[in-house]
Amino acid sequence: MKRIWEAAVEKFILLNGLACVVFVILIFLFLAKEGLALFKTFSPLNFFAGTQWYPISEPPKYGILPLFLGSLVVTLGATVISVPLGMACALFIGEIAPRWMREILKAGVELLAAIPSIVIGFIGMMTLAPWVKQIFHLPTGLTALSGSITLAFMAVPTIVSIMEDAITAVPKIYREGSFALGATHWQTIRRVVIPAASSGTVAAIMLGIGRVIGETMAVMMITGNAAVMPNTLLAPVRTMTATIAAEMGEAVQGSEHYFALFAIGLVLFVITFLINMTADIFLHREKK
Amino acid sequence: MKLTAENREKIAFFVLGIAAFLVLVPVFLILFILMAKGAHAINWEFLTTKPRLGMKAGGIFPAIVGTVYLVLGTVTVALPLGLFAAIYLVEYAKGNWLTRMVEVAIVNLAGVPSVVYGLFGMGLFVIFMKLGASILAGSLTLAIMILPVIITASREALSTVPKSFREVSLALGVSKWQTIRHVVLPNALAGILTGTILGVSRAAGETAPILFTVAAFYLPKLPKSIFDQCMALPYHLYVLSTQVPNVNPKIQYGTALVLVALVFFTNLVAIVIRARFRARKQW
Amino acid sequence: MVDDSSPKIEVGQLNVHYGALQVLRDVTLSIRRNEILGVIGPANSGKTSFLRVLNRLLDLSPDVRVKGDICLDAKNIYTKMSAEEVRKRVGMVFALPQPLPMTIFDNVAYGPRRHGTRDQNKLAEIVEKSLSAAFLWDEVKDRLSFSGMKLSGGQQQRLCIARTLAVEPEVILYDEPCSGLDPISTAKVEEAMFELKSRYTQVLVTNNVKQAARVGDRVAFFLMGELVELDRAARIFTAPRDKRTDDYVTGRFG
Repeated sequence: MKRIWEAAVEKFILLNGLACVVFVILIFLFLAKEGLALFKTFSPLNFFAGTQWYPISEPPKYGILPLFLGSLVVTLGATVISVPLGMACALFIGEIAPRWMREILKAGVELLAAIPSIVIGFIGMMTLAPWVKQIFHLPTGLTALSGSITLAFMAVPTIVSIMEDAITAVPKIYREGSFALGATHWQTIRRVVIPAASSGTVAAIMLGIGRVIGETMAVMMITGNAAVMPNTLLAPVRTMTATIAAEMGEAVQGSEHYFALFAIGLVLFVITFLINMTADIFLHREKK
Repeated sequence: MKLTAENREKIAFFVLGIAAFLVLVPVFLILFILMAKGAHAINWEFLTTKPRLGMKAGGIFPAIVGTVYLVLGTVTVALPLGLFAAIYLVEYAKGNWLTRMVEVAIVNLAGVPSVVYGLFGMGLFVIFMKLGASILAGSLTLAIMILPVIITASREALSTVPKSFREVSLALGVSKWQTIRHVVLPNALAGILTGTILGVSRAAGETAPILFTVAAFYLPKLPKSIFDQCMALPYHLYVLSTQVPNVNPKIQYGTALVLVALVFFTNLVAIVIRARFRARKQW
Repeated sequence: MVDDSSPKIEVGQLNVHYGALQVLRDVTLSIRRNEILGVIGPANSGKTSFLRVLNRLLDLSPDVRVKGDICLDAKNIYTKMSAEEVRKRVGMVFALPQPLPMTIFDNVAYGPRRHGTRDQNKLAEIVEKSLSAAFLWDEVKDRLSFSGMKLSGGQQQRLCIARTLAVEPEVILYDEPCSGLDPISTAKVEEAMFELKSRYTQVLVTNNVKQAARVGDRVAFFLMGELVELDRAARIFTAPRDKRTDDYVTGRFG
């Protein structure tokens, strides 16, 4: 009797273990089921290469390019800001800060990570956007630049924490060897620690990028929601994520618009899937 | 100043320090702004009454209640699921291709954009399983979203329990599951709890997954069952700041402050649990 | 009905591999009832693997393959019994004292509780009996609710013995139990082993050749996975038949 119970528990545990795999597959299947339905009535070429996203025009146009480029511009901007900032902060925390300061800094970074993205978006919209508008003399502060800055601060905690792990994982012996040869701390950091932590750093950056691409609400509130091809940082743009969030409420279930939004979701899923797989490979390499 | 190695180092360290400062400044800035502009909105009426006059006055009580319901629903699903998945990975998995596949799946779930979860939740729970926009659908969606957090924290907690404890128990003729239940789990509890609370506080702050699965713009009555929709704090903040014109900013800031306070408080509880456990640990 | 003169444990043609590495080769021996069998040998001789096969704890090692017959009271421990049943009848005391993070009482009562004993009085009785048999009762009887981890090394090890005795095994395996203990604690553990002889069969793996001589009735010498020699303790230490045994016990290697 006890044997049967034990075996049943084991099977139950195994099922739970496999649940995650099931969910990933399910997500992909549902996105594909609705997303690919778009291509029954709308050509894939026009979707992937179309430069106009006008769901309510007659005939509707579902070109993803403005949205994709919107995501790209905001992400790139955020990356340009967050990567150097995050790396520098991680180095400071991991190598230079004295013990007491380290805990405070780490707590601060964790606090930043804990703030819900909607709140960051809200604050950005209320304070950063007007500021940008003023400085650059723009008609509106809801721009790609504002989005990049805001998103940068959402990516920084991810980058800092993973990179800090990578830095502390560098064996003490490496540092001591460098010191023994007469190098300064900074030289040691540049020539020994950073290269040794390179896999972890790459993973950190990729996961930071993934975080930014996937952000929805903050972007929606700050980038101005203009689904046009971006040609400057100082104008409103629309990202893929914001499009889904903004338009799904109005799309009729089973309509072409509905399928188009799922198609965007599918694209997002594939992109983040690839980013995560790559980051995971680098993290794995680092563990060795 | 000569550009010696020492001087270069001083400059470099200074720059790095500035970077750390720059990262922290927004945190305090945000908190300061929230407190400055939102604190005076918070009073008993704000926290316990419904919105009135088309959200321009009144309180945010239904949103708070809705968030609490969602949190409860999410933890009910995510904790057992995540815990047992972690038990599988730590205690039963053989380190083969299957294990790797599960780990890859977890990494991917962690990286899926929150709005894609919203789409998925809508497609599977709301439409396919015909649950409709409901607390149930929203909780299920959020649960899957925070699964990686719970699994990762539980895995770590379970792995920290010394192998020798398990050996000792097995050597006494105790079965594997009994060993897990009576020796491993009790000693991993703090880490599991911490991870769960952190995951749940993340779920409380998410907007996109609940947009199409549960969130309601305005409900005249509180939800009565898990098949009802509910309001929620993050969505309410979104609505107040982008969908309703001419809302008194102090209501917006007040809502944001309540949400942040809720999230910070739960995080604090988790951290305290973790610290107290570390202090009391006998091994 | 078990014949009292038959061996308690019978090992035939035991071969153990970890992956491609073979750690035990064609080991054949019998363990007599109520004897203390000492098992000696240098590092990597396979003696610990041998011990762990006897209570099937070896099953937990990754990639392990066990071939051969091991019989407890003439029943094969792999084909005729579950691992749990084997471990209930064959207990083990480990090298480093490993109390569970609970009170002394709960440590000893852990086994019986998991096997179904719920009655508090019965448990108290078992705890007292087991601690007495391990020569620990007098020292801890007033502090049963203290954490087991607060005891000294020697006391912890006797606690582990008491914990093993509480499930009423028939055989007790010791895996270098005194390696972390001072001489007085060691003496106490050895005293306990002598006392237990009348009711239990015991197998003691030890790196301390002198301890094997003191305690063992018979001694088995393992080298590189093979059982080189098995004989009465006195014989092994004064006139071993195999030169390798002689070299080891006289300290020429290992």
